[in-house]
Amino acid sequence: MAFAQNQFNLVENPVKHDDINALAHLARININDDLLDNVTDNINSILSLVDQLQQASTDDVEPMYHPLDATQQLRADEVTETDNRQALQANAPATEAGLFLVPQVIE
Amino acid sequence: MHHYTIAELMKSLRNKEFSSVELTQHYLERIKQLDSQFNSYITVSSEQALLSAQQADQALAKGNASDLCGIPIAHKDLFCTQGTLTSCGSKMLSNFVPPYNATIVENLANAGAVSLGKTNMDEFAMGSSNESSFYGASKNPWNIDCVPGGSSGGSAAAVAAQLAVATTGSDTGGSIRQPASFCGLTGLKPTYGRVSRWGMVAYASSLDQAGPIARTAEDAAIMLNAMASFDDKDSTSVDIEKSDYKASLNDSIKGLRIGVPEEYFQDGLDNDVATLVNAALAEYEKMGATLHPISLPHTHLAIPAYYVIAPAEASANLSRFDGVRYGHRCDDPKDLMDLYKRSREEGFGDEVKRRILVGAYALSAGYYDAYYRKAQQVRRLIKQDFVDAFTQVDVIAGPVVPNPAFGIGEKSTNPVSMYLEDIYTLPTNLAGLCGISLPCGLSSDNKPVGLQLTGNYFAEAKLLNVAHQFQQHTDHHKKTAPISNASNKLNSNQ
Repeated sequence: MAFAQNQFNLVENPVKHDDINALAHLARININDDLLDNVTDNINSILSLVDQLQQASTDDVEPMYHPLDATQQLRADEVTETDNRQALQANAPATEAGLFLVPQVIE
Repeated sequence: MHHYTIAELMKSLRNKEFSSVELTQHYLERIKQLDSQFNSYITVSSEQALLSAQQADQALAKGNASDLCGIPIAHKDLFCTQGTLTSCGSKMLSNFVPPYNATIVENLANAGAVSLGKTNMDEFAMGSSNESSFYGASKNPWNIDCVPGGSSGGSAAAVAAQLAVATTGSDTGGSIRQPASFCGLTGLKPTYGRVSRWGMVAYASSLDQAGPIARTAEDAAIMLNAMASFDDKDSTSVDIEKSDYKASLNDSIKGLRIGVPEEYFQDGLDNDVATLVNAALAEYEKMGATLHPISLPHTHLAIPAYYVIAPAEASANLSRFDGVRYGHRCDDPKDLMDLYKRSREEGFGDEVKRRILVGAYALSAGYYDAYYRKAQQVRRLIKQDFVDAFTQVDVIAGPVVPNPAFGIGEKSTNPVSMYLEDIYTLPTNLAGLCGISLPCGLSSDNKPVGLQLTGNYFAEAKLLNVAHQFQQHTDHHKKTAPISNASNKLNSNQ
């Protein structure tokens, strides 16, 4: 993924329309052209806010990915529930013969 | 009977002053008559509630019912409820009817609680005002021109308007404590891992935690007793024994060491809030506690760290909403990419999209170290501030929010101004600690103000004890929102 700027100094190098379009593609969200100015401004103001992180001195600080530094709880790999496909698929927008229907992906 | 707390209702039900069915009918009638003012409910489950109430009455008649048996509560609309719409305040899930119950829904049902329905919330729990809900803003019962807070805004408004005696909420950055503060209620965010997240629609998985919103600390303790459990369906659930949160409510707090962080009383704190919080601290001193100035020097970095970590986790969590297996799907997709992009464009609101985009940015190649990793390093610094503080003090006290409830529309156009609301609540989530908000008075314009207590890991019983003792010595928690247009019938039927 290439963005228009490669520095972290976002206050001086805000993200631009192209960046937003690239991000929106990554996130699989369509953004209408007429909203692009507004979205870009808002994302830039948020990125300016979070850019304050760069002031923090974090040399030798271990990143904290879990609040209790706990490892993942594991359980025995046992079957606890029987087939529930019908109930689970009741929420699907389109199904057929127990399958989820989507637009054709293979020619 | 809607003025009663859970503790009072427990006695009345056992003394046969009224049945759970009568109580439930009363609440359902109040919701029907009053909730158009507050928009606190998304779904009201009348039939199911009455059925649960009948079963509760049978259990009560047998004489061995648990505390919550027959007590009418409501769930934030992000807890999956089998057979009942679980919208998460989003168009994306406005047609989603879960085939299973969240663990806490199951726990509360097993305890005999009667669910009246599902409460309004900011979309996917992203917000501090309840204004981002697809179902419209919920209103603050103390002042309907003001927000009830968020994201558990409907849960707080419903209790404040006495349309449920207590509710469930979730707190990722303050979403239980801030609305509790804005609505004059007691709200508890348990330690990360204390309450199961299974069946709770995920926003930021390393920060999310479910908890109760109630009228008193005692009620919150009764709720937490039922909600807390180890759950092997939640890989982040912590397998340590839970306390009986009611058992220690009456312990003496003489000699309790209360830490007062200087960073929580600086610029930006509203005068009324500062005055009321300081008065609450003085009250604690009278009760035999001692106050100790402390420093949490990385507090100012909590907002930037949170607004990297939470959006990053949200962008991953919300990738499941793709228009294929459940949730909103756009009309006539021309191909799979179009299906994804338009379903998500149409299904998500502005704030959710913003956070997904920020998260995608923070996680993208070349930016991960500068944002996500950096934020996780800062997170450890914030945690270490608390670990250091808790070597000197038992609990930490300060304001919940810099100001009382703000006006509807006042902050909704500027996302960053909304984010600044969370300055005092975010650090608790980043560190994974428990925190409680309890009422400590009314501002000069008659809006509730909350006191926040932060406790050490798994110190919920201590927090509830310290909050309960305050409520034994003060009556701030007994003040109720001035509800207008209540019918005479409802007013007389207390």
